[in-house]
Amino acid sequence: MRYIPNSPAEREALLAAVGAASIDDLFATVPRAVYRTEPPGLPPPASEIEVRRDLGRVAAKNAHLGEWTSFLGAGLYSHHAPAFVSQLLLRGEFLTSYTPYQPEVSQGTLTAIWEFQTHIALLTGMDVANASMYEGASAFVEAVLMAERLTKKKTKVVVSAGLHPEYRQCLRTYLVNFPFTIVEVPLGKDGATEAGALAAAVDDDTFAVCVQSPNVFGVVEGWKAAADAAHAHGALAIGVVNEMFSLAVLEAPGASGVDIACGEAASFGLAPSFGGPLVGFLACRDAGKRQIPGRLAGRATDAGGRSGFCLTLSTREQHIRREKATSNICTNQGLFALAATMTLSVLGKHGLRETAVQCLSKAEYLKAGIRALPGPFSVAFAGKTFNEFALHCGVPVHEVLRRAEAKKILAGVPYARLEPAASAYRDLLLVAVTERTPRSGLDALLDTLRSFS
Amino acid sequence: MSDHGTLTPTEPLVRADARLDQRRRFGSLFDAPRAGRVGVVLPPLDVPEADPAALYGKAHRPGVEGEVEASEVDVVRHFTRLSQMNFSIDTALYSLGSCTMKHNPRINEEIARLAGFNDAHPYAPVHLAQGNLELMWRLEEALKVLTGFARVTLQPSAGANGELAGALMIRAAHVKAGNARKHVLVPDSAHGTNPATAHFAGYSVVELASSRRGTLELSELEAKLTEDVAALMVTVPNTLGVFEEHILEVAKLVHAKGAYLYLDGANFNAFVGKVRPADMGVDVMHMNLHKTFSTPHGGGGPGAGPVGVGASLVPFLPVPTVERAGDAFRLDFDRPDSIGKMRAFYGNFGVLVRALTYILSYGHSIHEVAENAVLNANYLRKRLEPFYHLKYDAPSYHEIVFSDHRQAAMGVHNIDIAKRLMDFGFHPPTMSFPLIVPGALMIEPTESEGKDELDAFADAMIAIAKECETSPGIVTSAPHTTPIGRLDEAGAAREASRPGNFAPVLRAPVR
Amino acid sequence: MSVYPDDRRYSRSHEWIRVDGDVGTIGISDHAQKELGDVVFVEMPDVGEIFDAGQEFGTIESVKAVSELFLPVAGEILEVNKVLTDEPGAVNEDPHGDGWLVKIKLSSDAEMDTLFNAADYEKFVEEEAKA
Repeated sequence: MRYIPNSPAEREALLAAVGAASIDDLFATVPRAVYRTEPPGLPPPASEIEVRRDLGRVAAKNAHLGEWTSFLGAGLYSHHAPAFVSQLLLRGEFLTSYTPYQPEVSQGTLTAIWEFQTHIALLTGMDVANASMYEGASAFVEAVLMAERLTKKKTKVVVSAGLHPEYRQCLRTYLVNFPFTIVEVPLGKDGATEAGALAAAVDDDTFAVCVQSPNVFGVVEGWKAAADAAHAHGALAIGVVNEMFSLAVLEAPGASGVDIACGEAASFGLAPSFGGPLVGFLACRDAGKRQIPGRLAGRATDAGGRSGFCLTLSTREQHIRREKATSNICTNQGLFALAATMTLSVLGKHGLRETAVQCLSKAEYLKAGIRALPGPFSVAFAGKTFNEFALHCGVPVHEVLRRAEAKKILAGVPYARLEPAASAYRDLLLVAVTERTPRSGLDALLDTLRSFS
Repeated sequence: MSDHGTLTPTEPLVRADARLDQRRRFGSLFDAPRAGRVGVVLPPLDVPEADPAALYGKAHRPGVEGEVEASEVDVVRHFTRLSQMNFSIDTALYSLGSCTMKHNPRINEEIARLAGFNDAHPYAPVHLAQGNLELMWRLEEALKVLTGFARVTLQPSAGANGELAGALMIRAAHVKAGNARKHVLVPDSAHGTNPATAHFAGYSVVELASSRRGTLELSELEAKLTEDVAALMVTVPNTLGVFEEHILEVAKLVHAKGAYLYLDGANFNAFVGKVRPADMGVDVMHMNLHKTFSTPHGGGGPGAGPVGVGASLVPFLPVPTVERAGDAFRLDFDRPDSIGKMRAFYGNFGVLVRALTYILSYGHSIHEVAENAVLNANYLRKRLEPFYHLKYDAPSYHEIVFSDHRQAAMGVHNIDIAKRLMDFGFHPPTMSFPLIVPGALMIEPTESEGKDELDAFADAMIAIAKECETSPGIVTSAPHTTPIGRLDEAGAAREASRPGNFAPVLRAPVR
Repeated sequence: MSVYPDDRRYSRSHEWIRVDGDVGTIGISDHAQKELGDVVFVEMPDVGEIFDAGQEFGTIESVKAVSELFLPVAGEILEVNKVLTDEPGAVNEDPHGDGWLVKIKLSSDAEMDTLFNAADYEKFVEEEAKA
């Protein structure tokens, strides 16, 4: 096999050196009843030529964003990925290294982690960010568990219905065996969390109040109402962001009293890759740093006074604290946190802002176009939005999708796909744009919608 | 500089590029401000420009203060230089035991980057994502063949996340049967994730002391295996690289008490294609695709942690599953007993593509992975045994756990040996566990090393063992050839611990 | 000459307690700080918290290890050593002096007799090392 360097003769030499007559001797302690001498029931080995042909055909069956005009978002947005990023990611020193446990031979990875942490802290307005999480939904769950540890002996978490349904679903999965209750606060008519209901839901037994902005309908939420409601009862406010470019034009959660910020940072140069790998983040105020899950890189110096980076505060983690660890999380999203870091570095202050303004402008253009349509469509909520909004369809949503597909347009994500049980929202289509969407694409979608009138 | 004892400098004292290095000696892009530089140019805005300040009012933020300003050249050079400070499997043998640092074939990267896979949105209509569902279905089928399980979920984001999914399924099954039970048994040699996972699934952890051979002690298991035990979590081969010879008896005992047998599949690479875990009586197992199936570790992720289950746990799998009807594939969310979702979307799909590519490349020869991994480890054991203490001497599989027992007598510890190994051009072994071997040096060569590389590594380890006797100062002051010396990790942790000190990031952020 | 002062008692979990009236000062032994290595953080209880004998009252961390701290006798926390917040290394530098952890008001001194004196503690440490 091409990935095993030793020749048959070399293998014989190794066998002779270890004093084994055959490979089977090395497996002698495997119970004979389960030891297989027949090869597994897989096809014959495939050469690169055959693998390319086989999986190339499989890949070709998918609609991809290079050939389609896409308005798909709902937690995962397709922004510009600078060309150098995917090329540098292929450098073996990044691709094929492991967790930087040995700082002397891992300064590359460690410096990049530290830069990632700093970017996230600056964007969210927080003091400390970790080395990344798997993705947004599980990062959110970890944030909730962290809030519980920081407040102690409370049992209730209040969650806005504007949180992405998959995030709320994950929370239920992970919390099922803890004695906690989850209370959902509905949205008001403007599409934002209803402030009165939120304040009423929070009590002294509440440890976390969770709001996403822009929320799943794209509506911008104010962080302060959630933070005030939380702090009035000794709870922590958790701010979820899964479209990070919004933070170049909208107030940082850390600037408005949020205690823990978390979510998805895939907007920074990651390909959607059918939903993973992505890159979650988690950031908090200084007071929370000893309860933050996952890896952290910090600055250190060597005996010669040279400055470098190492993993730090590791005693929080599972390999040391075992069942008392802050999380069972082990890996971070190393390579994709690096991709996000590279993208953020090259975008920089100006690129972040320009991208955000373009996203906003294109979404506003599309909304204005929809409002001007005579037909059965409207912008569902009056709340302010960033680059995504909910389109109310007076015709069946699948009809809209189908007619758009005929023009190679992916018109949006039917909300019913995210939360089939939410019947009040079954006529909504989530429509997202990015700086990659040209005006011709926006106009083509408007034309499709106009064809229903 | 620290005192290197009798070490002779191997490099000229003043390198020609030393002055340039001096100028470049900044830690990060944030330390080298270049105001006004721009790295990305977008197309001109082709719609009327919105005014965020007017639109958002008080909620408007004028920009992200403190962010980097750099050109593409600055950024490319910065990250290229960073890469040059990393050790990687592409360079040399990476002995980090339990992490399975094996060759990462580049065809896997190419296939994962095909636009149909890489540029596909997870909420694309299912009829426009048939290729992606087919890929997931085919990977599940291949993993079923290799494990013998009834179904495999591909959703968990990494091994630890797969462990949690497995533990949650076990808990859900017990709850459905009327009693959640209280404890999970974990051997003292286990990975740290095992007890942490059991805790997050709502169980208390009961530790099992290992036998003198480093394996499960049946009497210890029987004593602690009560009706309150939900599951036993074992690792095969365990973290000492030793196969649980009595695994069939263990499975019988566990099942007799109505508990589940959980297998930590971190070491599946030691027996893939040779033993199907389901045949051993295992009910649940997670697989680390970045270990057994060679997806790149990427400096610490992403992983992927599919979980295989026996028929009794199938109803509890996370949603959605991928189902096939004729030539069409669909996502099935209608599974009332499901534990729910472990993450948004369907899993680390890009990692799944790489793993299937790898499995197809090996095909029915995949047992050669296990055979050669075990052969290579045994060869290193043979060569190093005269020089390093082996606390548990049962037959080794894919890794060997030596210790610094002999060298410690001369004042040299595992950390010193590890650091010295860097000077010889190899990545150090794992030292942080198993906890039952003090001063551990856990070495896993994997199947992707040839005899010459194994010999070079063994020669280096032997040279260090001799240095420990003749000139221990060289070892205890190592490394001498890396971009940076041993860091004051205690100082870093103290710094980061101090209240009000934001050591893990650049500075107090501008709000 | 023992490194362990004989003006105090020692526990099997390597804490020491020195009693002055009904106030006990508690720290970890020189042996414990050596085993732990460079101390980087001490998690302290709140003043006013009450603990039973043998109950965990905090944790002490080095770079790669965490140890629980157990109160050798029952009592109420009167004071925590604030110096350790900024300079946790004091535990390494002067474990029996400036590196003390907490002061408590003893609930009773009944448990004092169950603790080692300096000589017996030294023997206990030696035996532990052999085991």
